[in-house]
Parts: sequence; structure tokens; C-alpha cells
Amino acid sequence: MDHFPGTWGRPRNDVYGAYNPQYLQTTGPKTHTSSPAVTGTSVIGVKFNGGVVLATDNLASYGSLARFTDVKRLRVFGDKAVVGFGGDVSDMQYIDRLLESIDIRENYSSNGNMLNAKNLHTYLAKVFYKRRSEFNPLWNHVLVAGFDGEGKPFLSSADLLGTTFSAPHLATGFGAHLAVPILRRLFPEETPIEEISREQAVSALKDCLKVLFYRDARSLDKYSIAVITQDGIDLKEDEQIEGQSWAFAERIKGYGAQTN
Amino acid sequence: MTSITGHPAGGEGIGYSFSQPTAAPVKQHGFYPYTDNGGSTLGITGSDFAILAGDTRSTSGYNINSRMVPKVFKIGGDDETGEGAQIVLSVVGFAADGNALKERLDAVVKMYKYQHGKPMSVSACAQRLSTILYGKRFFPYYVHAILAGLDEEGKGALYSYDPVGSYEREQCRAAGAAASLIMPFLDNQVNFKNQYIPGSGEGHALEAKKAEPLPQTHVEQLVRDAFTSAVERHIEVGDNLQMMIITREGIKEVFHPLKKD
Repeated sequence: MDHFPGTWGRPRNDVYGAYNPQYLQTTGPKTHTSSPAVTGTSVIGVKFNGGVVLATDNLASYGSLARFTDVKRLRVFGDKAVVGFGGDVSDMQYIDRLLESIDIRENYSSNGNMLNAKNLHTYLAKVFYKRRSEFNPLWNHVLVAGFDGEGKPFLSSADLLGTTFSAPHLATGFGAHLAVPILRRLFPEETPIEEISREQAVSALKDCLKVLFYRDARSLDKYSIAVITQDGIDLKEDEQIEGQSWAFAERIKGYGAQTN
Repeated sequence: MTSITGHPAGGEGIGYSFSQPTAAPVKQHGFYPYTDNGGSTLGITGSDFAILAGDTRSTSGYNINSRMVPKVFKIGGDDETGEGAQIVLSVVGFAADGNALKERLDAVVKMYKYQHGKPMSVSACAQRLSTILYGKRFFPYYVHAILAGLDEEGKGALYSYDPVGSYEREQCRAAGAAASLIMPFLDNQVNFKNQYIPGSGEGHALEAKKAEPLPQTHVEQLVRDAFTSAVERHIEVGDNLQMMIITREGIKEVFHPLKKD
């Protein structure tokens, strides 16, 4: 008779050997995120005359596995700011909860003015910087879009290290390589954003998403797009990339199994 | 070793399903908390002015993040306009640390003014900046800082720092990605290193040219030349040149275009 209930129901040690408890939790040190798990790819954004457009696809990958294909990575804050998230999805959901609690607190507070996108970006950058300084990073790269204190269109970036920068058009991840050159060609930085129309900005982002879908292996043809103007936010979360043409793929040789 | 059941734990024969204390190897962090955002800064002083300049490019690797991210900041002035400031700080290296450092020093200089009813002197601010940097000796602000202003006699004052707070007052200093390209140029053109008075002697008797404070317009031209040259040879430097000129009249900020390639 085995007198130790903890061992009942287990494979017999004399047959299978003792269970290796190393596979279970150990009393090691407290661990922090040292790499992201479920991730979103690029976020892209452009300023135009009177507002900002922001877009992401709806994919959350688990390594190279397209794990969740209906994840909304554009999050609305207040009535005139949107945050686009790239990087770890669970950290995105944590930050989203954080922002929601701030939004509720601000709405209940007596002073009427809501935090604008610029304030929100400053806050997020400080959260990221604090967490990286604790060696417990929030593994994201975000774009914040909306308006600054003077009501001018605002677009800025913040990442897991707390690095921040702003430009007329921005993209995170793969988009920094593929989308930014397209946007810089369409809207040269020396031309003022007043000369860019909403329609031009939206169609440029759609083109960028298409190029990203062609060449970024961790991307999807379903996407979300948000247009932020002084009238409010026009958010569409279930869009489909249109007008795909894979004719070019036929001419690409040298990467696959073809021999000639 | 005895477990809570009173029986020897981890011994032969008993295969507990809960974990036993094991000597798991201590895992190294895969997270590196720094990055290099490139760019370069440069400061030169004269008899009644100081100039602090930096390019406005922000990079990560081979990517240009933005063409307009200033590295030179007014310290102790109004948050939006910078009005009332008498001290200027430039930071180059890891931009997030640079911003954090700028905000801390700005707060310190403002608190000093509120508590003592007079603006902080550049020498006091310089010592305080060193203390702030050394305070993070074992998790440093990864930046090369340069602080500029006018000293008690109205002369241009320039202090340069390493990331952990070592500092000294100098006539001129270049920092950042293209420091190694700009600094020798400054040695030659500001401190007249390797310049001799023609016909003053033969061999070792040749008399070296003595360094003396340069006029403001001349220094402005030196700064522009230093950056246009650095842009040619360093990929992390470019886009725009931001210059802060500190005189008795106040701080003047000017921008000049640099090559964007």
C-alpha cells in the first residue's frame, strides 16, 4: 500500500522513473516579460488637412501562427483620440484597461476639459518609460492620433523603451520599412499637411496596407481604419483589402521550390 | 531536508506532482533597456556668448524615425515657450533617457528659483546635473549632456558630461554619433591646435598660435561648417541644424536645413 496520497494516480515510479518536477513551477526568481507572445504587426498613420488617419490589420500572431484573426488594435480614447497598438496583445489589453479607467475618472471629474491626444501620448510614453526602467516592459509600439492643445492634428509614436517621436506620417514595425517610403513619396515632408485631403490620406493608407499584406508574412487582409477629425472619430473595424493583384508573384523566382 | 509531511522530500520512491524546490538556473534578462537614437551635438563659447547646437534627426538602426526631434532644450523657462530660461541643455544618445534627464533638471532649476527667489547660476546647475547623473550610476542615463549659459561675469560657460556625471568646463565640445568627426575640427579651429605663427622659428622653436575667444558670427559659421561636414560622412546626422545662441539679451533659437539623405 502506498501511504502517500500525493503520489496516487501517477505513473509508477518503478516503471516510468520519478516525475521530474522541473517541468512544474519552481521557486525561482520573479520573472518579467523578456519577449512578447501574441503580437500585432504594423500600425500606420498620416496627418491630413483637419485630422489624422490611423490603420492596422486585425491579426494577432503567435510567433508565425496567425492565431487570432479578428483582433481590434485601434482603441478609442475619449471622443477625439485613437491609439494604434503594435506588439504584445496582452499588454495592449492591459494599457486599454488603464486608459479606460483614466477616461472614466476624467469624465467624472469636475473640470470639463478632456485629455487630448497630446496629453495621452505624454502619459503613455511615461508609462512605457517607467516600466522599462523597472525591467518589466510593456512590449508595445504605439501610435497616438488626435489633436493637440491648440486643436491641430497630432500624430506621435511611443515604444516599449519610452522613445518618442512625431512626424507627418509614421509607421511601426514592418511598416517603418515598407509604408513610410510610400507615404514619404506621396506626401513629401516639406509640403504642408493642409495640402493633403482626407480622401488622399485614406487611400494612401489603404495602399500601404495592401503592400504590407503582400510582403509582411505576419499580416492580414482584414483591417481597421480610424479617421479622426474635429467632428469625431469614424472607426471601421471590419474592412477588407480590395483590388489585390498577385500577378507579380508569378515572376518572383529564387525563394521557393522552383528549379527553373 | 524535510517536507511538511514529515517525510523526506524529493527522495527516491515518492513522485510528488507539486513542485519541489529545485535549483533552477537563474535566467538572464532578454530585455535590453537602451537604444541609440543617433545624432550629434556641439557647443562653443565666446567672451560674451555661448552656442549650443544639435541636428534634429532621430534614428533607430538604419531607419529615420523623424526629421524633427530637437536635442537642445531651454532649462528653467516656461513649459511651452521656454521664455525666461537662461540655461540650455543638449542631450544625445538614448532619447528617452535624454527627455527624462531634461525634465528632471528643468524641475530642479524651477524649484531653485521658487525657493531662493533668484535664478540658478550655471555653475550651480552644472554641479546639480552631475549629481543627478551620478545618482543613476548603476543604471545610467545613456546620454552625453552639454550644459551652456553665461557665468557670473557674463562670459560664455560650457560644461560637458559623460553618462555617469563626470564633468568639466570647456571652451568647446562635440558629442554624439559624429563627435569623433567634429571634435578634431574644433581643436584646430577653436583652440588653434597644430597652428603655428609663420616664420616665427625653425623646428621646435616654431611658435604655436595662441587660442583666444572668437567673435559670435565666426563661431556660428564654424558650427554650421562642422555640421554640414559631419552630415557628409555620418548617416545618423542630418535633416536640420538647431542652434541656441545664449547672450545677455536672452536665448535665440535658429534652425538651418541640413542634407536629408
